[in-house]
Amino acid sequence: MSETGIGAAVRRKEDFRFLTGQGTYTDDINRPGQLHAVILRSPHAHAAIRGIDTAAAAAAAGVVAVFTAKDMAADGVGGLPCGWQIHSKDGSPMIEPPHPALATDRVRHVGDPVAVVIAETKAQAREAAELIAVDYQPLPAVASAAEAQKPGAPQLFDAAPGNLCFDWHLGDKAQADAAFARAAHVAKLDIVNNRLIPNAMEPRAAIGEYDKATGEYTLYTTSQNPHVIRLLMGAFVLHIPEHKLRVVAPDVGGGFGSKIYHYAEEAIVTWAAGKVRRPVKWTADRSESFMSDAHGRDHATHAELALDKDGKFLGLKVSTIANMGGYLSTFAPAIPTYLYATLLAGTYTTPVIYCEVKAIFTNTVPVDAYRGAGRPEATYILERLVDTAAREMRIDPAELRRRNFIPKDAYPYQTPVALQYDSGDYFTTLDKALAAADYAGFARRRDEAARRGKLRGIGLATYIEACGIAPSAVAGSLGARAGLYEAAEIRVHPTGSVTVFTGSHSHGQGHETTFAQLVADRLGIPIENVEVSHGDTDKIPFGMGTYGSRSLAVGGSAIVKALDKVVAKGRKIAAHLLEAAEADIQFKDGKYVVEGTDRAKSFGEVALTAYVPHNYPIEELEPGLDESAFYDPKNFTFPSGAHVAEVEIDRDTGIVELVNFTACDDFGRIINPLIVEGQVHGGLVQGIGQALLENCVYDPEGQLLTGSYMDYCMPRASDVPSFAVSTNTTLCTHNPLGVKGCGEAGAIGAPAAVMNAVLDALSPLGIRHLDMPASPERVWRAIQQHSLAQAAE
Amino acid sequence: MYDFSYHKPSSLAEAAKALGSAEDGKLMAGGMTLIPTLKQRLARPSDVIDLGGIVELKGIRRAGNALVIGAMARHAEVAHSDVVRSAIPALAELAEGIGDPQVRNRGTIGGSIANADPAADYPAAVVGLGATVETNKRKIAADDFFKGLFETALEDGEIVTAVSFPIPEKAAYMKFPNPASRYAIVGAFVAKTGGGVRVAVTGAGPSVFRVAAMEQALAKSFTPDAIKDIKVAADGLNADIHASAEYRAHLVTVMARRAVAAAAG
Amino acid sequence: MPSSVRMTVNGKAVSGTVEPRTLLVQFLREHLGLTGTHVGCDTSQCGACVVHVDGVSVKSCTMLAVQAEGAKVTTIEGLANGGLHPMQAAFHEHHGLQCGFCTPGMIMSAIDLVKHNSDPSEQEIREWLEGNICRCTGYHNIVKSIKAGAAAMRGATK
Repeated sequence: MSETGIGAAVRRKEDFRFLTGQGTYTDDINRPGQLHAVILRSPHAHAAIRGIDTAAAAAAAGVVAVFTAKDMAADGVGGLPCGWQIHSKDGSPMIEPPHPALATDRVRHVGDPVAVVIAETKAQAREAAELIAVDYQPLPAVASAAEAQKPGAPQLFDAAPGNLCFDWHLGDKAQADAAFARAAHVAKLDIVNNRLIPNAMEPRAAIGEYDKATGEYTLYTTSQNPHVIRLLMGAFVLHIPEHKLRVVAPDVGGGFGSKIYHYAEEAIVTWAAGKVRRPVKWTADRSESFMSDAHGRDHATHAELALDKDGKFLGLKVSTIANMGGYLSTFAPAIPTYLYATLLAGTYTTPVIYCEVKAIFTNTVPVDAYRGAGRPEATYILERLVDTAAREMRIDPAELRRRNFIPKDAYPYQTPVALQYDSGDYFTTLDKALAAADYAGFARRRDEAARRGKLRGIGLATYIEACGIAPSAVAGSLGARAGLYEAAEIRVHPTGSVTVFTGSHSHGQGHETTFAQLVADRLGIPIENVEVSHGDTDKIPFGMGTYGSRSLAVGGSAIVKALDKVVAKGRKIAAHLLEAAEADIQFKDGKYVVEGTDRAKSFGEVALTAYVPHNYPIEELEPGLDESAFYDPKNFTFPSGAHVAEVEIDRDTGIVELVNFTACDDFGRIINPLIVEGQVHGGLVQGIGQALLENCVYDPEGQLLTGSYMDYCMPRASDVPSFAVSTNTTLCTHNPLGVKGCGEAGAIGAPAAVMNAVLDALSPLGIRHLDMPASPERVWRAIQQHSLAQAAE
Repeated sequence: MYDFSYHKPSSLAEAAKALGSAEDGKLMAGGMTLIPTLKQRLARPSDVIDLGGIVELKGIRRAGNALVIGAMARHAEVAHSDVVRSAIPALAELAEGIGDPQVRNRGTIGGSIANADPAADYPAAVVGLGATVETNKRKIAADDFFKGLFETALEDGEIVTAVSFPIPEKAAYMKFPNPASRYAIVGAFVAKTGGGVRVAVTGAGPSVFRVAAMEQALAKSFTPDAIKDIKVAADGLNADIHASAEYRAHLVTVMARRAVAAAAG
Repeated sequence: MPSSVRMTVNGKAVSGTVEPRTLLVQFLREHLGLTGTHVGCDTSQCGACVVHVDGVSVKSCTMLAVQAEGAKVTTIEGLANGGLHPMQAAFHEHHGLQCGFCTPGMIMSAIDLVKHNSDPSEQEIREWLEGNICRCTGYHNIVKSIKAGAAAMRGATK
């Protein structure tokens, strides 16, 4: 292994600009003549708009324009599109209500945009926004999906009776019922997956710009996938042809899914820039982010696991109500369906699985993919059920899992829920995690804690993840309205340095380093000679962006494909220069060598020849060394892992302290272990946050009670320990690098591991389930109730 | 933020004058509450009078059997002050636990108590130690100072200049922080002096309050066990998504007990 | 009413005309173009805006520019002259940053910690970071970086 090649812990190339304050985030950009937009948002969860009087605002100091939905409609501006269509059990398509950028006659959640003020300064725009008089007629509202589906609940859309978006299922119910009829034991849980607010540290921002000379629009935006935004906004919302629309996602301060979607503000500033003929900038306050960034999770589920007398899983039945919020966000329908139910086999051989999902509209912010997206929800249910079954059947939780793991020699393994796993080794991964966590020595630690008056528990979770979503044809058949390939271009410069243009956007993942390692490794050139460019639709080929842990498995594969083309063309040039047959030329360590001789040409010499083609096979070959490739994955990749959490609970206060966390993951081949570990750490804290701290709370009337960091509990450094992370590698069999993806793993495994540990600690009191987050009061109440119940016995 | 006029007086007299002549003037000490309030456009003062330039409000000193802390003493100064650490270590520890390091570098004791946030830490110490609040007009006993939710005995034009803390035999503060804001859900300050025992609780109610039953029990026996069965009523206590009134009532006993253990230990 | 303000930022005397309501972070970002200092929340909690004023770390989103009249302000841009401060270098070496948004505030806060405590323990570092929120790293590598940065700063001052 070279110091900078595949497998090396290369320090990140992108760090310097971030460490020195030289990063360029969207809000750091200021365009000449720039105006500022402030968006007036609904204070009501649900209300009819009877009128909007903007006269006073329009007359206020510094105000250039005030726009409402009427103005956008007059220009033919369309609604925000949804990128995935689900069909209900009965074959009918999901209900897809209009999602206007600015509310027309009704607002459906607190924060729904109603009008935009554009002024010389942000302060002026804000002051003017307060002068807009909106005549709201408040309507009854509903925030909980379980409540919203009940008869008599407030209705959001005439087209969606019962607030039902779709009623979908996967699997064979009759077979599942038959499996349950044979069961020796059935474990059952009612389980809530709490709503989360993603909270990337950089608030969303957008700058729209219109070039009067060329008629071109430019949008700078905090996006994970600029080409997707260009396609959706250009084709469906603003009807700007793509050659007249450039979307730039510069440095982006974290995404975690929340910056995948096409948001109203992007369309508003771009369209408004055209109207006022000056650049228009909008930057969210954090309080706006809370009520306008797509939220995550929010499922209520009843699940049952059937086991035979030896603990073999016979069948799984899952019934979920998924909260979609007030509108459909870009990829929302895919999350509680194809990214959820398909994961319910987990690491196990469960032969029959049936899952039904009702997606419900409520008066809340739209819900979409958030780190893990469907897979944490599936893992949480499965792993809580397995632990519950283990406890009820008095089988060690690790042992019960081993009895049901997919055998090492069973790959490719077809699950009953559509996926075919290509590789994995769950036994070794679990063993490594348990050894690292000293699972065997836990009883001693529990006894020691008990002497200090603490309840100590250990919990584990295994998971399977489906990453690098695709192939496009399969996704299309399941309702995707886009392809799911990735694109790359390798531009070799005349002196042999290389620029990589990739559709995979980097907003913390370190692509500028990892992708450069791929190039340095393949072409044998110093990593300093590789630059990675991403995020600008005027520069990069049409790419699908970054989500679902796909960057390396899909984007990296596209880079490898393009590199193969570069190497192949270089071989032809080298053959010409060396006067040898192409078949006799080997490319190794940055040199084209005539096999069995010491005659060679360096990659740099070949590159120079390609651009200064004086001695060149010009009849057969074009000059230049610039290749591009699209890669459409053959299958998902299937990272997996085993996580072990250990907690201590203070009986007096209910405070849960996470004392140890151990993870062993299988991510396939690892290009940069330093970056991979960092991804795991970050994911873990988001998962731990969900289990112990984070909770988006609406009151029954749809007012957001956790609208700032004063109430929404972000994990801090003192809330978590350092982690013990390791890997156990099996290679992905169907992509050129053998990579699987690592971005979401932590957030998938951790919630179940932590909650299993909490419930293990509480099990001596007879507590069998608690919902997340295991907040102090929730834990204290459970202890109180069960202590009283035990005392009464 | 709405616009306002800004004044930075260099003496208390000038500050009082600026406040008196302002239509709707607001004093700013550290600004740790005022500035966020202004940013959220929840207040619209005509004038902001910055007390940061007034030397007479600064300083921490020992005066006989009392510790006198200037109103503009930053939390970090109190936390790191050798004078405080030797006189009332519990007070230094309380200051060390307020907000975060950057808030402690700006926030002041005077600003904290004048604001009288129900979840602030300092009011527990002021009442728990039976301190005296000194203003430009008079001296106010701690028990008379905090009147209710964000409400104090301060009159228009009155400026806190210092807080004088009698030095106790033993004292400790225990806080159960809100997991999100890190303000006190319940904070209990317990102090034993020659005159008896005081137990002051912040975070739990609309304003800091004393728990007489605990004080009496602790006067007899200054041990955690002496108060383990003394409960405050949940009625009238604060309730929010993080802690119900009932839970807060329970935590009052737990935190007070732990404060006694820490003070006695 | 706009008034003039003067201070020293990263060793250079600067001045500007600001409204009293102008925050220090706005002055730095909008008037001086020092966009390394970020704004991540509006409740003074996230710490992306931490800078040093007269040698101590403060949240520049919770301080008026006029309050910094005459003060010495250091931002992330002023920590090192061209190269990296030992704390910046430690964040690079130990992968203490991902998206980079919280990083300037983290580093400014960490340096202030080391001024108070030249050899902080893991627990002391975690507690000190109360006012700095990171969503990417899970804090693991930030803690590691600060430990290493503190050691490097100790070495540098010996």
